[in-house]
Amino acid sequence: MPDTSSVPVLEAAGLRKQFDDLVAVDDVSFRLRPGRSLAIVGESGAGKTTIARMVVGLERPSSGTITACGHDRSRPPRSARDRRRRGREVQIVFQDPYTSLDPRQSAEAAIDEVLRLHHGWPAGRRRARVDELTGLVGLDTRQSRALPRSLSGGQRQRVAIARALAAQPAVLILDEAVAALDVSIQAQVLNLLADIRDQTRVSYILISHDLAVVRQIADETLVLHLGTVVERGPTARVLDDPQHPCTQRLRASVPGPGWKPRRQGSQ
Amino acid sequence: MSNPARADAAGPTKAASSAPLLDVTGLSVLLQVNGASRAVLRDVSFTVARGEAVGLVGESGAGKTMTARAIGRLLPRGAQVRGTIRFDGSEVGALSGADLRRYRSRVAMIFQDPRVHINPVRRVGDFLTEALRTNLGVPPAQARRRAVDVLAQVGIEDGLRRLRQYPHQMSGGMLQRVMIAAALLTGPRLLLADEPTTALDTTTQAEVMTILDGLRREFGLAMLFITHDLDLAAAICDRTVVMYAGQVVEVRASALLHTDPLHPYTAALAAARPDITRTVHRLPAIPGRPLSAFETPPDECAFASRCTCTRDVCRTAVPGLAELDGGLSRCIRAHELRGQLQAAPDA
Repeated sequence: MPDTSSVPVLEAAGLRKQFDDLVAVDDVSFRLRPGRSLAIVGESGAGKTTIARMVVGLERPSSGTITACGHDRSRPPRSARDRRRRGREVQIVFQDPYTSLDPRQSAEAAIDEVLRLHHGWPAGRRRARVDELTGLVGLDTRQSRALPRSLSGGQRQRVAIARALAAQPAVLILDEAVAALDVSIQAQVLNLLADIRDQTRVSYILISHDLAVVRQIADETLVLHLGTVVERGPTARVLDDPQHPCTQRLRASVPGPGWKPRRQGSQ
Repeated sequence: MSNPARADAAGPTKAASSAPLLDVTGLSVLLQVNGASRAVLRDVSFTVARGEAVGLVGESGAGKTMTARAIGRLLPRGAQVRGTIRFDGSEVGALSGADLRRYRSRVAMIFQDPRVHINPVRRVGDFLTEALRTNLGVPPAQARRRAVDVLAQVGIEDGLRRLRQYPHQMSGGMLQRVMIAAALLTGPRLLLADEPTTALDTTTQAEVMTILDGLRREFGLAMLFITHDLDLAAAICDRTVVMYAGQVVEVRASALLHTDPLHPYTAALAAARPDITRTVHRLPAIPGRPLSAFETPPDECAFASRCTCTRDVCRTAVPGLAELDGGLSRCIRAHELRGQLQAAPDA
């Protein structure tokens, strides 16, 4: 076990992204092992989503390398085959499943399309896998056949997770994927993510500004400020004993027992 | 309406202070959706005292926003309203014309997403001074001066320059502070804040809450603070009203909400939220999804289908909102469950 899990499933080295004269991400490196999860936290504009977009292949890094499952993905794919393989390495779930799901496609159809494209299975096997995945995320038959517009936010987010899992990715990026959900639904989805990790050894990259969610899901946490990593370590250590002023400010902003709003930082 | 004398900013008179500033009694609202009447609020009652901050907490469909809209007289066309809303002694539903405009300058609303509620093609200065100029007849130059003063109070120093800017030139946190400034400009007695920090990140939320809380205390304003975040409500508000499926299920001093809840829903909601100080193997999630008022059976407890404490008695009637240990609870087993609710969800 320690043998295989010490090989990172995803590795980013010296990652940098520059938009005109703005450096959004500067010299960010991290490693993610199979079945583990890494949180990337920071304020708005810190570069969290830019990192996610580079890892999934929606942005091209200005410099640095990204390696997933031993394959380089810092350059655009050279063939459709290459592109499909990358889809089996990394998948992403966005914050708002309303805008990331096809409005004319039911959950079943969306999952089936991914299975056909990535695995090329016959109809019977796809059918069985669609049922398995919708069951895993807790969608009933009616919900699986419904279009996104007749589903609630929580149900749509489950569709997005099931669709992402259909490609059997080694890494699943959750970009504020539970932020818009009601508390009782958020707890269900967080439990679901824990179950999926136990069952499939998928690795998570969790992009979030909600530190309580980070505590629940992530083994390690990386704190980003203006595009650079200012602190990293095991999640419990980073949250219980933050060292960098940025981390301390993030931690102090979370309402909890005894919390009173207070002006911080530049005052 | 019967009392045209305006309360000064210094505070209410001794005689008036015994009555609540806002008194909502038996409020029910039906909306027309695709030709059918749907209940969104059922028998909502609560009060907000002068200078008091009251939290209104619940999930989707609980009726938080509809309650605020009913108070702000902003319900959609065709809404059927029963019950009464009294503000400073006058019946809000009966206001019209100049009285309604004056009411709206005394009850200010702050919305979730400032970008949706501030006209993107008008300058920030126009937005800020509009109510002063059109409703209160303040001359433009004076309105601008007051706007600059209020911007300074919400922590925006270069007010004169900001007045000439457009909303797209400001960040979300800055724009929300502009919204708070606009709400304060007309000298309100009550702030209706509907998820004012939900669209902001955590550090900006802390900044905006600091400003809102500080100014509210400074001016002695009452506030109805709507949020889905039980922790935030507990930190900001004196009392918290918990809603579920269009009903008030619990009213409690905020300090006791987490440690000593009266209704199983409040306890379950607090337990379902991940804790920043520890990791648990599984969160005690509430099964199913939050229901809206029109989806719940008319003759049983609205939370019965998701509650871990449900017994046969819960299915026999809609429980009333009853007093219990200094709070209110809409649970038929509330007495029986005293002291057990905190332990139950963790087990």
